[in-house]
Amino acid sequence: MDMKVAKKLGLKERYSLMTRDLAWDTTYQPMDKVFPQTTYEGIKIHDWDKWEDPFRLTMDAYWKYQSEKERKLYAILDGFNQNNGHLSVTDARYINVLKLFLGSTPPLELMAARGFSMMGRQMNGAGPRVACQMQAVDEYRHFQTQIHSISNYNKYYNGMDEFAHQQSRMWYLSDGKSFFDDAITAGPFEFMVAIGFAFEYVLTNILFVPFISGAAYNGDMAAMTVGFSAQSDEARHMTLGLECIKFMLEQDPDNLPIVQRWIDKWTWRGTRKLASVGMMMDYMLPKRIMSFKEAWEMYVEENGGALFKDLARYGITIPKCFSQTIEEKEHVSHQSWIGFYMKPQATPFHTWIPTPDEMDWLSEKYPNTFDKYYRPVLEFFDAQEKAGNRFDNKTAPMNCQVCVSTMKFNEPGDPMEMCFRESIYKGEKFHTCSDHCKEIFDNEPEKYSQTFISSHQVLQGNCEPDGTDVNAPDFKPGQNMLDYWKLDKRALGDFNGSEDQKNFAAWREQATKN
Amino acid sequence: MAIDLRTVSITPLRQTFGHLARRMGADKPASRYIEATMDLQPVENYHYRPTWEPQYDIFDTTRTAIKMKDWYALKDPRQYYYGAWTLARGRMQEVAEGDFDLVDELGLAAAYPAEGKAQALKTFLPLRHVAWASNLNKAYVSSYGYGIAISQATCYASMDQLGVAQYVTRLGIAFDDLDALATAKKDWLEGAEWQELRRYVEDLMVEKDWFEVLVAQDFALEGLLYPLIYERYNEKLNAAYSPVFSMLTRFQREWFGETTKWLDAVIKATGADNADNKAKLAEWIKKWRDRAVVALKPVAALAFGAEADAIMAELVQNLNARAAKAGIAL
Amino acid sequence: MSNAFIAFQKNDESRCIVEAILEDNPGAMVDDQPSMVKIDVPNRLVIKRETVEEKMGRSFDLQELQLHLITISGNLDETDDEFTLSWNS
Ligand SMILES: [Fe+2]
Ligand SMILES: [Fe+2]
Ligand SMILES: [Zn+2]
Repeated sequence: MDMKVAKKLGLKERYSLMTRDLAWDTTYQPMDKVFPQTTYEGIKIHDWDKWEDPFRLTMDAYWKYQSEKERKLYAILDGFNQNNGHLSVTDARYINVLKLFLGSTPPLELMAARGFSMMGRQMNGAGPRVACQMQAVDEYRHFQTQIHSISNYNKYYNGMDEFAHQQSRMWYLSDGKSFFDDAITAGPFEFMVAIGFAFEYVLTNILFVPFISGAAYNGDMAAMTVGFSAQSDEARHMTLGLECIKFMLEQDPDNLPIVQRWIDKWTWRGTRKLASVGMMMDYMLPKRIMSFKEAWEMYVEENGGALFKDLARYGITIPKCFSQTIEEKEHVSHQSWIGFYMKPQATPFHTWIPTPDEMDWLSEKYPNTFDKYYRPVLEFFDAQEKAGNRFDNKTAPMNCQVCVSTMKFNEPGDPMEMCFRESIYKGEKFHTCSDHCKEIFDNEPEKYSQTFISSHQVLQGNCEPDGTDVNAPDFKPGQNMLDYWKLDKRALGDFNGSEDQKNFAAWREQATKN
Repeated sequence: MAIDLRTVSITPLRQTFGHLARRMGADKPASRYIEATMDLQPVENYHYRPTWEPQYDIFDTTRTAIKMKDWYALKDPRQYYYGAWTLARGRMQEVAEGDFDLVDELGLAAAYPAEGKAQALKTFLPLRHVAWASNLNKAYVSSYGYGIAISQATCYASMDQLGVAQYVTRLGIAFDDLDALATAKKDWLEGAEWQELRRYVEDLMVEKDWFEVLVAQDFALEGLLYPLIYERYNEKLNAAYSPVFSMLTRFQREWFGETTKWLDAVIKATGADNADNKAKLAEWIKKWRDRAVVALKPVAALAFGAEADAIMAELVQNLNARAAKAGIAL
Repeated sequence: MSNAFIAFQKNDESRCIVEAILEDNPGAMVDDQPSMVKIDVPNRLVIKRETVEEKMGRSFDLQELQLHLITISGNLDETDDEFTLSWNS
């Protein structure tokens, strides 16, 4: 009789037997010493057993499916590399999106891996702990497959060779670094809202889905495979983030205001990070399937909206920043691209002025803003470049103390006016880029006064190439930034005239003549 | 335009990433393991200090007494990056699946002699909780360890132990369904044979030095437990009854054989870095080995009766020999 | 009413899954994109194991969805027979 019982178990019971039934409350050491981090943020959990497991994969099933995915992925990568697949992309400008995307993403995936390992150690419910551990190991997969896919591109194109060195040093990577540093230094529940919910549920869709679909459209089978294959894990991660939010809200009504503040904060921080994704979609993909604005509407406004409506039953309201992000969707991609265009000597990827066709596409996709505000700027730069006067802004940028973006966003309601806010903390002045960043600062000034702002650090002599003698009498800070960043000179400047452009053309020529 | 890109032969501008060329001392192609591992963890310019432990940076070398000139000397000789690890485990799970199916199909568990079965389940099944603790303690090492070489290997090992806990659970189900698991849990929580072992793994859950946790959990405890149960005890059961338990714990045996290579390489590289490390490792190994012997004695007695002491003494000799081979004189 | 959605990489297996979804979810909308296909259903999207098995002509474990998934939206509930995404609104 007994023998039949286990076989009759449904997926849920069986999974529970394979996870939380393994756990026990420790007695030789007190539970609050074994799990010391889950109370100090003020979140109240009364019954960890009420946690609903999302995606119930036991390790045997996990290994079975993941190994099948990996086998396929590496077969495609190998084939792509052996066949000079890099020459099949639409045009060499496309490579720059890889420099930016695959150069900046692996370090973030790595932080997700380490952060979720910490959650997989610290959460004192067995259900969430296992789900976090599984996400951690998935995130190892992501940064590694991404590195493996750029590895081949790096052999032929400039600007990807120092991504590991640059992750903690480059000015424009500092916003992503601060996002993850902020989350990982917060308590475990805030981390889950920041990464599990805001990043995975609200943002990875737009980060990966339309963009990777765009990579496929531009002939990059390697990036497509790696991107979509990672995204299949993200589906699991999203459910974990959402489950964690629901769990906190169901456990105690006192959790609501804390969770709401985190949702507000992290939705905004995530939105700021998306500005550069917008520019990748609108400016850097030679062939485009949809504009950033359209993707934003589909994945953030509609999908995020559905989510917030769903959470309304717990008392959650739509994040305060939502209306501003909707206003900004018509601006941020242009502001970002122009911002990067103006600094050709400070990034390892090339920038360029869109072709007339491409500008027309932008006019069509952004009827309210492109012709009015951004086309004139781009056409002016274009004329300057043709006159031999390519724009090059050498002044150090000013950064937001919270999101660490360079100040380039407009005052709400006034696209012509740059937005600045300031706060005073312990007698010192701190600048932020928006009302929302200012609010985040004012909530936790002791944390955000620590932000590593490279333009400030440069002046203090903290951004010098290794081995620099900062006490030498003739030492002047910030004279050797290219060395500090290890920026290859061939990777700098406008796309027009670059080594990438010439090589790609020559190699393609070789193929057609054969 | 039909173009054949395969025929294009072009000279690469470079063979590998800058950080790897500097590490290898030459611009030459690097393996996927090297690409996926070396020098990737941030080491500088952190924005904020952890609110949960403000005395440390996010990644901090002072979380252990061990000092390394190069934390990436703790390489994995198996060269496991995620893809290699998951493919290896995918193969092992396929074999395990076949074994469980076969036992089920042929009714081998039901046919197992009753007296042997009861005693074996009493010994094996509480080990699902030991594996669960191992999963947690390895997760600690992976979370707070320094550098991706050690953090990834321990992350995989931690997931492996979750797998082990689940395979032991399936073993219980295969033989005696849910009641056996409930009994085993009760034994784990209250049975006299298991309390020293439970104390051992719970004490490790509050130990702060991650390297010491690694030594205590992986080297000392598992270095004795795995040979004791998954090798010796299985051999005893094979001889007395049939190899069914051996079949259904094949994963654990293979895992231990393979993981030992990694762990011994890590211990060896750590000791080789400096004399203080060597001394520290010797101190930890002795301390935790002696505790592990105390913790495992009642379990050994359960499995081997009167022969238990002799077997434990032999396994301790083997563990000492592993340490010696890794350059650690005890 | 909000849409629940799911997206798959395009391949032969996911083609069968999509067919099954269309059969079981009146009102499903298909969005065909380069190398991916996305299906939106107002409020509730269900994938039934039986229907997928019929389309594939073999037995199918709903956890195999892992192999082809790109993204989902909605609260997930997973049993041996059904994979459901839904919004409470
Ligand atoms: Fe990821
Ligand atoms: Fe993720
Ligand atoms: Zn800001």
